[in-house]
Order: sequence, then structure tokens, then C-alpha cells
Amino acid sequence: MPNKENIEDTMYHETLPDPRGYFGLYGGRYVPETLMSTLDELENAYQEAKADPSFHQELDGLLANYVGRPTPLYFARNLSKSCGGAKIYLKREDLAHSGAHKINNTLGQALLARRMGKHRLVAETGAGQHGVATATAAALLGMECVIYMGSADMARQAPNVDRMHLLGGTVREVNTGSRTLKDAINEAIRDWVSNVRSTYYLLGSALGPHPYPLIVRDFQTVIGREAREQILAAEGHLPDLLIACVGGGSNSIGLFHPFLDDPVRMIGVEAGGRGIETGKHAARFADPRRGRLGVLHGTRTYVLQDADGQILPTHSISAGLDYPAVGPEHSYLRDQTRVKYTYATDAEALDAFHTLCRMEGIIPALESAHAVAEAIKRAPKLGPDQVIIVNLSGRGDKDLDTVIKIMEAE
Amino acid sequence: MMDGIEHITAAFAQAKRENRAAVIPYLPLGYPQPERSLALAEAAIDGGADLLELGIPFSDPLADGPLIQQATHTALQQGITVARCLEMAKKLRKREISPPFVFMGYYNPILAYGVEEFCRGCTDAGVDGLIVPDLPPEEGKELEGACQEQGIALIYLVAPTSPPERVRLISERSQGFIYLVSVTGITGPRDQLPSDLAAFVHRVQMITDKPLAVGFGISSYPQASRVAKLADGVIVGSELLRRAQGNDGVAQVRAFVAGLRRAAIKG
Ligand SMILES: Cc1ncc(COP(=O)(O)O)c(C=O)c1O
Repeated sequence: MPNKENIEDTMYHETLPDPRGYFGLYGGRYVPETLMSTLDELENAYQEAKADPSFHQELDGLLANYVGRPTPLYFARNLSKSCGGAKIYLKREDLAHSGAHKINNTLGQALLARRMGKHRLVAETGAGQHGVATATAAALLGMECVIYMGSADMARQAPNVDRMHLLGGTVREVNTGSRTLKDAINEAIRDWVSNVRSTYYLLGSALGPHPYPLIVRDFQTVIGREAREQILAAEGHLPDLLIACVGGGSNSIGLFHPFLDDPVRMIGVEAGGRGIETGKHAARFADPRRGRLGVLHGTRTYVLQDADGQILPTHSISAGLDYPAVGPEHSYLRDQTRVKYTYATDAEALDAFHTLCRMEGIIPALESAHAVAEAIKRAPKLGPDQVIIVNLSGRGDKDLDTVIKIMEAE
Repeated sequence: MMDGIEHITAAFAQAKRENRAAVIPYLPLGYPQPERSLALAEAAIDGGADLLELGIPFSDPLADGPLIQQATHTALQQGITVARCLEMAKKLRKREISPPFVFMGYYNPILAYGVEEFCRGCTDAGVDGLIVPDLPPEEGKELEGACQEQGIALIYLVAPTSPPERVRLISERSQGFIYLVSVTGITGPRDQLPSDLAAFVHRVQMITDKPLAVGFGISSYPQASRVAKLADGVIVGSELLRRAQGNDGVAQVRAFVAGLRRAAIKG
């Protein structure tokens, strides 16, 4: 555990990103010129909104009465007992309206879009949760909404495709590249470049060009702020360990950020897929040969790439983690050794999925199951008075097809 | 010996003396096969290209429309790498007469190759300039430094959405020429030029004396003619690529570039 002194050394979170959008070496704005002035506008609009009490009032009202916040911090007694060791608490983002943490960000950004006078939203989606959350916000605020989704993801997250349709969203199938999240982002950016004057790009993770990593983080820190208060009320002390899965990195940064100046350890869990040595994974930090500093989708960060700088196809059982780059702030936090990153394989995540279903009566998203898997590994190594908070970023209804197919095959 | 920037500047000056806009064809290296892409590039030179833009393929070309996406995807499947692009450029350079070359490539493969090593490779291959569509001047310092060392032009793009202060920044930093993105959008042939193109070109001309080349969407002789009356260069990519696809692609490319050259009279 970091001691108090070096915690104070790392009081960076108020000042980063810097004015150019960098977290140390990571971040920035690597986009076509067409988007540069829009990003400036977005940055200004966001700073204005941030300083405007009426913006917060409206957002907080929606988070309370529409999303159902605060989400519970639930003590998973059975799981803790079975692991033997630390107390495991689950931050129940799966209970947020539309089924995942994604709604915290989409409502914030949709309100921002409206302030900017933009009434057409475009978004990418992998697991479909961000697409559903965007379509939800668009329906609520009366906006047009176009969602790009890889055809491979449309097949494996079919219920979410139906939900987007029901909510009035237009889902555009993407058939290029690996037909997953990366390719959906390419298409969403192409749409945005082509319609930039009328269209707001509602990016779904702490990724992309500045100021998106900042905006998404800020809207997601509600998770960590609530969890901090809730655990202090429940246990009378800070947690010892926070665990969250890391796709682009929004649910994890949302949980971690409000604790960065506290003596609290943190672990981000990437998708280990079929194992690091197979190359079929999405663990940017776990595979030094493939995961190297690069530029993708507007930001400088760790990217899975071949020796020639071509972006590699990724694999994960969970569509939401199946992405070759990681949010720039995570690259920075890793360099600072403030957050530790590890991975869970498909098999480990599946085991954790079933464990949580049967032990706690909670069906988690496969993404979130990666975090649960790490908690199951860690809890026995900690004492009974120690506390782990796991971010249960979403619910698993969308994954039933995937899981049941695997069960049938076994 | 002239460095890259001088080579490019001279090509625009020569076209201007001939009362023409410079014709700048774009072809992705390695498409449809390595040998064939060299033959297509030679055909573009034979047709009278004033400068030649050679694409370095990237897996995720987010400023490109379907035609160039597919072509660069095919090139990657043929095993094209940055190193092979440098080799191919060098081969082309061996011809007796050859216009300036500029590479068009996204930033990540350049980073992966090593920025300085890449620029040295460009000099060695006789490449005179670079266009990196996902690298605005704010992020360009590192590559600019390496280009400067080698006398290579780093050409920045300006867009219809760029406000005056950005036009100024780009004009100051861009070397050789300035790439005007004609449309608010991605690459791909278009039936019509944007109606505000003239106003956009004038807006940039008020701020800079550097040559202005217009690209994205230009796909016919009349369009090239109109652009030539406004600007100093006409860049043609997707439409050329479309014509390069048939069996008679080499002849088509030569003829289309020659036609563009005739169309690009300033008049
Ligand atoms: C439930 C859930 N958790 C996690 C993620 C991963 O994204 P992030 O790392 O931005 O939280 C997703 C993405 O789709 C998701 O749907």
C-alpha cells in the first residue's frame, strides 16, 4: 500500500490532463484538421457547463430520478465467505437505468450537446451498452441518434441491438476490419468528420482526442464519489483495494479517480482472452511485444499493434473489452505505478460470471465478470477486516446468448 | 542538390510558369499488388504528374472513404510495410525524370518505424514531403524536427472548418505547400465541388503566399478546371484509384492524369 508521503507526491489529479490534453506522455489530439476546431468548441462548452450550477442541477436530477442513483454498494456476503478473506463489496452500476455505468456519461454528454445546439448524436458501441445508453439519452432529450456497431458485435450482443431500435436509435452495421468496437469507432469518426457542424460525437469511454478522456472521466467519477461515501458509512474506513475492468477505461477511472489521493490500492483488469501467449486478447499492458506506445483514434497511448504499426485484431469474450487501445490516463497511472493492471482470461471471467450468478443471485456483464474474477483471486490474500470494492459495471442480460452457447458446447 | 522542400517549391513554380495548377495524383503503394502499384505510379508520372502522392497503407484510415479503405486494406494483405513503401519509392525514384514525391500516411506506422529513422529513410528513398492526416500542428513538433533535419517538407492540412487563427497556424507551419481539404468529410469521389470552395480558398490565400493544393472529392476534368482557376494544385485520389482498378488500369491512369493536366489550365 502506498504510504502517506508518496501519496502526497502524486496529487496530480486536479491538474491533469494539462492544457494540451496530456496525462504525462499520453493523450493529446491526433485527429484530422476538420475536427480540431470542434474539439476546441467542445472543450470550451464543457468548461462553461462545468462552471454552471444549472447544468449540474439538471444532470444530478436526472441521475437521481431517472438513472436511480446513487446505485447501491452491496456487501457480497456469500462471495466473501466463499473466498475466505477480505470483505467484497459490489458497486452496483448494473442497477443503473439501461443496465450499466454508460448512462452516467451519455446523459452528461447529451446535455452538453444540447447546450452546444447539436441535435444529432453519433456513437460507437461494442457491447451495445453505450449504444443503448446513448439511444436512451437521445430519446429522453428528443435527439436524433445514429449508432455504429461492428457486425461481429451485433451478432453476439443481439438483445442490445433490439433495445437500441426500440429506443428510436438507428444502428449502422460496420463490416470493415475486425467488425468490432475499433471499426465502429472508425465509422463513427468518419460520420462525425462528414457532419461535424450538426453532429455531436458521443464517445463512450475515457478515450479519444482531448477533451473526451477528461469529460468521460468527470461524468463517471460519480461512481467513485458515491462509493467513497458509502463505504465510509458502512465500514467507517476507506477500502483497501478497488477493482474494475478496463476496456477503454471509463468505469475504472470513474471508480478510481476520487480515491487517487487516498491510501487505497487499485487494480485494473484487462481482457486476457484466450491467454496472452496466444495473441488472442485485448490486454494492452500485459503483452509488451504487441502493446506499445502508439496513436489510435486521436490519442497517444498503449495500443496493440504489429511491428509495422498496424493495429492488431483483438479478442475477448466480452465485446466491451475487445479493443486495442486503452484510455491515456490509464497509461499514465500505470507509469506512476499508482494503479496496477492485470488481466483475466475468457475462462476466468466465465467462471466468475457463474459464481456471481449462483452465489449472489446477480447476473453480471461479462466485462464486469473480469473484475469479479480478480476479486476472487485477491480476497483470500487479504484479512477479514480488509475491504475490496469491485465495480460491477453492468448487468449480464445482453450476454446470455454467449454464455448459454458456451454451456451447450461443453 | 535541392532538398525536399525546394524540390516541391520548384514543381509548383514550374506549373505556375506554364500557367497551370500542379496536378498531384494520389496512389496507395502496394495496391493491387506491389509491382502493379509501381506500374500505376509510373503511368501517373508518364501522364504528366507534377507531384506524386504515394499512400502508405494503415489498418485504420479514419479520414478515408471506402475506395481508399479497400485499396489500403488490400495492400496490407499483400504484406506491404513502411519499409517496403520506402523501397518502392526508391525504385520509382531511379527513373530518369521524376516529379517530387510526397508520402501520405497515418501517424502510427511512422511512430512504430521510428520518426527519425523514417525521415532518414525518406531522404534515402528520394521522398520530398510528408502528409499525415491525423497529425495537426499541435502534435507535429517531433516529426517536424526530424523532417527539418532531413530537409523534408511536412505538409499540413487545412479544412473548411478551420477558423482564421488555425489557418494562420497551419500556414506558418506547413512546408512546401498547404493541403486544402475541399470538403467537410472524408476522401471519395463526389459529383460536385462544395459551393463554398472559392470562398474557402480565398480565405486561405489572404493569409499565406505558400502554394495551395486542393484535394478530397475531385473526380472530373471540369472540377479540376474549376479548382485550377482558384488554387495552385489539384490533388486527385479516389477517382484515379477507381480508374486504376480495371485490366487497362495503367493506360487509364496515364490518360486520366494527362487529361487532368490539360484541364488544369489557369486561363
Ligand atoms: C458493462 C460494461 N462494462 C465495462 C465496459 C468497458 O468499458 P470501460 O472500460 O470504458 O468501462 C463496457 C463497454 O462496453 C460495458 O458495457
